[in-house]
Amino acid sequence: MTDELRDTFFAESEDLLAAMGEGLAAMSDGTAETETMHAVFRAVHSIKGAAGAFALSDVVSFAHSFETVLDAIRSDRLVPDADVMRLLQRSGDILADLLEAARDGRSDPPEALGAILEALEELAGGEDLAEEDFVFEPMGLGMSFLADDAPAQPKLFRLHFRPSRQFFHNGHEPANLFAALSDLGEVTVACDTTGLPRLEVIDLEESYLAWSLTLETEAGEDQVRDVFAFVEDLCDLEVEEMPRFAMGILPLIDLPEATDTAAEDVPAEEPQAAPAPTPTTPPVSVPTPPTVKEAPRPTLRVDLDRVDRLINSVGELIINQAVIAQKVAEAGLPPSSGLAAQVEDLSLLARDIQEGVMLIRAQPVKPLFQRMARVVREAADATGKQVDLVTEGEDTEVDRTVVEGLADPLTHMVRNAIDHGIESPDDRIATGKASAGRLLLTASHVSGNVRIVIKDDGAGLNRERIQATAVRKGLIPADAVLSDSEIDNLLFLPGFSTAASVTSLSGRGVGMDVARTAITALGGRISITSRPGEGTTFIISLPLTLAVLDGLIVAVADQPMIVPAAAVLETIRPSSRDFLDLGQGERVLNLRGTHVPIVDVASVLGYGPVVDPSQAIVVLVRTGEDTRAALAISGISDKRQVVIKSLRGNVGTVPGISAATILGDGKVALILDPDTLVGMAARRRDLHSITTFEAGHEHAD
Amino acid sequence: MISVLAIDDSRTIRELLRRALETAGMQVTTADDGVLGVSAFAGEAFDAVITDINMPNMDGFGVIEAIRAGDRNKRVPILVLTTETGPELRARARTAGATGWLTKPFDETALVSTLKRVTGTI
Amino acid sequence: MNMQTDARTEEQAEFISLMAGGQGYCIEVTKVREIRRWSPVTTLPHAPDCLLGVMNLRGAVIPVLDLALRLGLDRTALTARHVVLIVSAGERTVGLLVDSVSDILRVPRTAIQGTPTLSGADMRLIQGMIALNGEALRVLNMQAVAPTMAEVAA
Repeated sequence: MTDELRDTFFAESEDLLAAMGEGLAAMSDGTAETETMHAVFRAVHSIKGAAGAFALSDVVSFAHSFETVLDAIRSDRLVPDADVMRLLQRSGDILADLLEAARDGRSDPPEALGAILEALEELAGGEDLAEEDFVFEPMGLGMSFLADDAPAQPKLFRLHFRPSRQFFHNGHEPANLFAALSDLGEVTVACDTTGLPRLEVIDLEESYLAWSLTLETEAGEDQVRDVFAFVEDLCDLEVEEMPRFAMGILPLIDLPEATDTAAEDVPAEEPQAAPAPTPTTPPVSVPTPPTVKEAPRPTLRVDLDRVDRLINSVGELIINQAVIAQKVAEAGLPPSSGLAAQVEDLSLLARDIQEGVMLIRAQPVKPLFQRMARVVREAADATGKQVDLVTEGEDTEVDRTVVEGLADPLTHMVRNAIDHGIESPDDRIATGKASAGRLLLTASHVSGNVRIVIKDDGAGLNRERIQATAVRKGLIPADAVLSDSEIDNLLFLPGFSTAASVTSLSGRGVGMDVARTAITALGGRISITSRPGEGTTFIISLPLTLAVLDGLIVAVADQPMIVPAAAVLETIRPSSRDFLDLGQGERVLNLRGTHVPIVDVASVLGYGPVVDPSQAIVVLVRTGEDTRAALAISGISDKRQVVIKSLRGNVGTVPGISAATILGDGKVALILDPDTLVGMAARRRDLHSITTFEAGHEHAD
Repeated sequence: MISVLAIDDSRTIRELLRRALETAGMQVTTADDGVLGVSAFAGEAFDAVITDINMPNMDGFGVIEAIRAGDRNKRVPILVLTTETGPELRARARTAGATGWLTKPFDETALVSTLKRVTGTI
Repeated sequence: MNMQTDARTEEQAEFISLMAGGQGYCIEVTKVREIRRWSPVTTLPHAPDCLLGVMNLRGAVIPVLDLALRLGLDRTALTARHVVLIVSAGERTVGLLVDSVSDILRVPRTAIQGTPTLSGADMRLIQGMIALNGEALRVLNMQAVAPTMAEVAA
């Protein structure tokens, strides 16, 4: 079997698994329609069918058991109560595991396979699981030419064959059967036309003829009958083995009024050979397909590499266009030349192309959310908690890299929410909550960004313990006075892990800092809010596309850098009285009565001495849901869309920097990550050292 | 050249069929479900049809019935290709008008020889 | 060297010889993608000394290392005559600032010797020696010379 075909199979299986998961989810929450059940059944059934072609016997036999239970449900022999639905969900997971193992060439069975299989078989109970014993070898088709046990001595068979009307209706041809017989040995054919009525009363659909045949063959009777396997009920057939008189003597006897004819002559005699429609049956119009309720829009499957090559080229085009724009501006052409306007048009066109191309990569978050459904089930099982997952906005589209890159952080956060957030059923009832916790997962587009919210209705963060942990780990001074929001954000510090309850579930050696790093790497931000007794909410905000970003081009120690425009609230040229000196060189910006911490970007990045704030320009950025910071820089030159170039592949993670871009002059400019910059500055203040922070970041790559 | 219409909702199976039949020098048209299959059938003269049973929109029985009830090429050989092996299914397929059946996973040689058999092109 | 000509002694390897920090090194030709004249790079915050910054290589952002500094020699005093070798190190592409590139050498694979006599922390940066006309050229181990930012800093 070729690799390409395998790829097709596994890609198709993924689609089918997604359809199955969707259907099962709808069944669980009661929104299923009749068709849903059938679609789920078909998905599993199709996987089984195709898996057989690759001799994936584990997949086939599991899918078979799974399908048997689904069949019982769709034919109302089994009621899909909550327990059954749970089993079906788990079965779906196992099927996915088996396929994944098959794809990766692993043979280790999923842990829960045995138990789930047993449960399925128990449910199937009366169903005939064993009846269809699955044969993984391709089945014989009833026309075997192999005659292992055939005796060397040829046998003589006599056959009487009279096809029924249905025989012809089903597309059979007597001549084809005779030809098949002739593969087994020597055949003689005699047609019995005695049944033919007078020409004027002939019904062209009716069968009037019969045949007598002899066959001299080394094959057994079974093989002879096999030739007629498809027409068993569509004809009268007698097969008898004749005693042998002598080799070569063919007893053509007992055929009164029979006309000898050769096999190839037969079709000409057959009634159905007449092509004209019969007068007795009025012509039926060509079958027209019934209207489909909602035809899926045609789609195109394209190799991802091709799309990415296109995206890269478009990225180059935009850079190139920026270079041209800059050169045109520098050339100082008179406005009457119109060149500047043309360049502007070019730039708009390039943007259009880019947006179009990026849309090709856009995917709904649905598969990601579906994966989380599984994570929730597993985590709930492992902790003995009850959790209802509610998802919204599954059709929200994001770049496929985001879908892929979010899988790990989301998994971690969902596990965390169940492990640490949602209480045990007893505890919940004791505090007047429903015994099952609720985990809300939503995706939406908010002002040019994609927002993903993970919200639980659990106990909320234990701030006392978080602060104690941070102190014990030396992340903050023992006497630090922190706001609730600052405490919550300690969770994101590298090296922080709520060690008081490291469980097999969420305490896998990675903390929220890894989740945050992953999200930052996607150009996104994450924030947290929590209310004691009411639960915790994480909000992830991501750019729509990963290829371009609206940015402010600023100067930091003479180096051009980019501040993502999405984070910018306003730009200010403050006068010296807007600064408040807190002592020890610490200053805050007095902004209409509120105090905002100042981050000297050049100094935090180690580029040079502290900028004199009175000479600085301040970019006010959002750093959390309701926190702000003032980035002090030495100038702003432009605001424009820039093409994002990842640093991760060739360079690695750089503290305070999320990515790079290439400016009109071909130079590389770094894109600032305001959140980590603020964190870096805060840590310089609090610890008078940034070493811990850097150490943490080195491991994050 | 034998021209075959293969109807199956599984991309993998369609691809498998296409390869097997094209290797054998046949011409293959595929359709993703019963409805598309029947409309493809209406537009071309096929020597044989291979159809899956379990499909969205219109199942294999529906395909067979629609073709047999039409007035064009209504006696084309139709092979049912399915994972089900139960006798009831065969009986149903036969009643609907199927010429023969094949079981998934199928053996390419057997598939081709069966097709040649039912189309009379041995 | 054994003059016997079995298949293995016939196998040739090509190297680019170069000078860095006044010393002779070489890199397997297959690892070198192109050679460019030095032009200023964009510096990275909190980068290790030997990581000069990043440059634009036809749309890709790649790091540029001062090879001499990386090998524990003196910092290269930059001039426009210095060149940057663009090399592949595993999956990554990096630029190496060197004094000059001198020659392409073709030597039998058997002429490459291990480095049993060398010692020191940076030994892993050298994967072998080629003795040529009484001179010893060190063969650079690209994977070790061009680590990720995290590895350099560690």
